[in-house]
Amino acid sequence: MIVELGHLALVLAFALSVVQSIVPIWGSLSGDRRLMATADTSAMGILLFVTISFAALMWSYAVSDFSVANVWQNSHSQMPFLYKLTGTWGNHEGSMLLWVFILALFAAAVSWFGTALPPSLRANVQSVQAWLLATFLLFILLTSNPFERQPVALEGQDLNPILQDIGLAIHPPMLYLGYVGFSITFAFAIAALIEGEIDSAWARWVRPWTMIAWTFLTAGIAMGSYWAYYELGWGGWWFWDPVENASFLPWLSGTALLHSALVMEKRDALKIWTVLLAILTFSLSLLGTFLVRSGVLTSVHSFASDPTRGLFILAILCAFVGGALFLFVLRSSRLEAGGLFAPVSREGALVFNNLILSAAAATVLIGTLYPIVYEALTDAKISVGAPFFNLTFGLTMIPLLIAVPFGPLLAWKRGDLLAVSQRLMFALIIAILATVLTGAFLHGGQWLAPIGVGLAVWLMVGSFAEVVQRAGFRKATVRVAMRRMIGLPRSVWATAFAHFGIGVTLLGIVSVTAFETETISQLKPNQTVTVGEFTLQHDGYVNKTEGNYSERSARISITQGGELVAVGLPSKRFFPARQMPTSEASIHTFGFSQLYLALGDVEGDGSVTLRIWWKPLILLIWLGTVVMVIAGAISLSDRRLRIGAPALRKRRERRGKPAAQTSEVMPGA
Amino acid sequence: MLRRLSAICVIMLLVLPTAPILAAAETKLPAEMEGRAKALFLQLRCVVCQNQSIGDSDADVAKDLREIVREQMLAGKTDGEIQSFLVARYGEFILLKPVFAWHTALLWVAPIVLLLIGALLAWRVMRKPVTVSNNEKLSQEDEAELEQILRQHDD
Repeated sequence: MIVELGHLALVLAFALSVVQSIVPIWGSLSGDRRLMATADTSAMGILLFVTISFAALMWSYAVSDFSVANVWQNSHSQMPFLYKLTGTWGNHEGSMLLWVFILALFAAAVSWFGTALPPSLRANVQSVQAWLLATFLLFILLTSNPFERQPVALEGQDLNPILQDIGLAIHPPMLYLGYVGFSITFAFAIAALIEGEIDSAWARWVRPWTMIAWTFLTAGIAMGSYWAYYELGWGGWWFWDPVENASFLPWLSGTALLHSALVMEKRDALKIWTVLLAILTFSLSLLGTFLVRSGVLTSVHSFASDPTRGLFILAILCAFVGGALFLFVLRSSRLEAGGLFAPVSREGALVFNNLILSAAAATVLIGTLYPIVYEALTDAKISVGAPFFNLTFGLTMIPLLIAVPFGPLLAWKRGDLLAVSQRLMFALIIAILATVLTGAFLHGGQWLAPIGVGLAVWLMVGSFAEVVQRAGFRKATVRVAMRRMIGLPRSVWATAFAHFGIGVTLLGIVSVTAFETETISQLKPNQTVTVGEFTLQHDGYVNKTEGNYSERSARISITQGGELVAVGLPSKRFFPARQMPTSEASIHTFGFSQLYLALGDVEGDGSVTLRIWWKPLILLIWLGTVVMVIAGAISLSDRRLRIGAPALRKRRERRGKPAAQTSEVMPGA
Repeated sequence: MLRRLSAICVIMLLVLPTAPILAAAETKLPAEMEGRAKALFLQLRCVVCQNQSIGDSDADVAKDLREIVREQMLAGKTDGEIQSFLVARYGEFILLKPVFAWHTALLWVAPIVLLLIGALLAWRVMRKPVTVSNNEKLSQEDEAELEQILRQHDD
C-alpha cells in the first residue's frame, strides 16, 4: 500500500510540475500576478509529493520489502540497517529519485528565499525549474519506476558490496546537492535570457546559490575520493575515470562561474559570459547524469541500464542544453556589456581564472569523450587515462596556480602589478625556501617535486596576503591590525581560506606523487617485513562470518623503533549473494601521513601477499578540500551574500542602477 | 558514484581458471631498472580492468603484462620498443596516454586551440576603446545618496 502511495505521489508531482511549467511563465508574459503566484503553492506541492514518494521507497528498503523489484535487486535482509536505508539510492532508480527530490528541494528553496526577487523573474525561474522537474519525473515514471512490484521473494540479491559503506550515506547526497544545485543557476540564466534583461543584482542572487552548489560539490567529490581510497584497496585517490571526470567538470566550470559572477556583481561586466557559464555548468551536470546512466560507458560507477533510458536521457540532454544554447545565441546580444577594465586589474585576473579553468575543463571533457566518440566512429578502441590527464590538465593549471595569490590583491579596473608583487615578496621568499629545502632533502635528482612543494607553499602563504594587507600590519600597531583583521568582511576570509585550501591539497598531491613508497611482500605467519621506519609482523589469520558476508583477515602488528604503534587487520570479504569479493584495507594514520595495508590471496603454503604503501602527507589532499568547504560556508555567512538580504533594499532603490555599489562604501575597503 | 573498484577485474579473477601466479613469483629486476619498470607500468592499461594501469591492478592479466615488460627490459629493450611491442599485440587500447598521430591530433591540440581562441577573445574584449557608457553616469537619486553616504563618512 505504501509503495503504491509512493508511486501515486510521483504521478501527482509530475502533474503539478506540468502545471508549474506553464502557468507562472504565462503569468509573467501576460503580466498576471495571480498566475505567477501559483508557483509558490505548486512548488511546495511538488516537494511534498516527491518527499512522500522518496520516503515510501526508503520505507520499503527499511523493512526489506522484497515484493518491490528494486528492493529485491539491491538489498538484503541481513544488511546493517544504515546500509538498508542508504541502499535506497545505491541503484539507478532510487538515485534518480534522490536526484529529483533534491531538484524539488531547490525549486522550493526559490519560493522560500526568493521573496524579494522581481515577480516576473521569479516566475520565470520557477517555470524553468518545473520544466526540469517534469522532464525527470516523466523519465522516472516511464523508464525507471522504482515502485515496480514482483512476486514476493524470500531474500534480496544484496547491495553491491562496494556500496555497503558509510560513504554511500554521504557521497551521493552531497554530490547531487552540488550537481542539482546548479539547476538554480541554470534556471536563473534561462529566465534572464527570456526577460532579455540582466544586471548586477542578478549576479547577487545567483552567486549564493552557486556557492551552495559549489560547496556541496566540493565536499561530495572529496568524500568520493576518500571513499575510493579506502574502499578499493589499492590506495589510489583519483583515477581520471570518466565518471569522476563527469563530476569534476561541473566543479571546474562552477568554480569559474563563482569568479565571473563576482565580476558581474561588482562591476557589471562579463554578463554574457557569466550567463553562458551558468548554462554550461548545469549542462555538464546533466552530461554526467547521461554518461553514468546511458550505458555509453562501462564504468563501475555506472548503473546497469537499457538503451531506452540512454536514449531518453540523451533526448533530455539535447533538449535542455541545445535549447538553452539556442536561446543564448538568440538573446544574448540584448544583454548590455558593462564596466570596462584594463588587462592588469582584478577583473583581468578573474578573466584569466576563467580562461584557464575553461581550458582545463575542455581538456578533461575532450579527453573523456574522445575514446567514446572515436570508438563509435571507427570501431577501434583507444585509451585516454591518467598519464594523459596528469600531463595536460597539470600543465594547464600551473599558470593559474601561480596567479592565484595575485588576484585578490589587484585593484578593480586598473591594477599595479609591481606593487602587488612587492606585497607578495614574503610569500615568494618562503616558497623559494621551501623549494630549496625540499631539493636539498632529496639530494637533487627529482626537480618536479621541489617545484611542486614550492608552488603549494606559495599558494598557502600568498593566499593570506590580502588579509595581512587589509589589516594594515605594515603601518598600524599589531593590536589595531588584529582588530581590523577580525573585522574584515567574511568574503575576504573566505577567499583567503579557499585559496589556502587549494595550496594544502596541492601539497598533499605533490607529496604522495613524489614520495610514496610501495612494498609487496609474501608473508607467512610470524614473518616480518620492514617498510621505512616500520616493522610489520604477520600474527596469523582471523576468520569470521557476519550478516551477509564472510571475512578473512591477517593480524599485522606494526612496530616503530621497537614499540608497538598499531595493529592492522587488512581483510578480504566475500559476499555470497553476489558471489563477489571485496578487499578491506587497513589504514593507519601518523600525523598527516598514512600506512596503507591491503591483503592479497592466501596461498596453499599459508603465506599471503601483503601490499604496503607509505603515503606521506596524503591526508592533506582531503584536508585542503575541507578548508575549501569551510571557506564556502564562511562566504555564505557574509552579510552581503546572505540570501535575499540585500534584495529588500534593492527594491526600494529600483530603477536599474547597480545598488551593489552602495554597500561597497565601507571603512577600510 | 561507486568508485573505481574493478568489478570486471574481480569477475575475471573468479571466472578465469586461476593460475597460481603471485606477486612474489614476479621477476626481480635490478633496483634502477625496477624504477623504470614501475613508471612504465603506470602508462599501460590493464586491458580487462576499468581504467586501471597494470601497476595498480591485481588481475592476472596485469601480472602477466608486468612480467612481459620486465622480461623485455632485461633483454635490453627501450621503453618505446616495449610499448610498440605491446601495441602490436593488444592494440592502442593498452596505452593510457594515446600516441600523438592524425587520429589523436584533435585530442591533443583542441585544448590548446581553445585556450588560444579564448585568450584572443578576452584580449579583444579588454582592449575595447573606452567609451562613456550610460552606466557610468549616476542618476540624481544616486548622486543624492552618494553625497549622503559621504557626509556620514566624514563624521
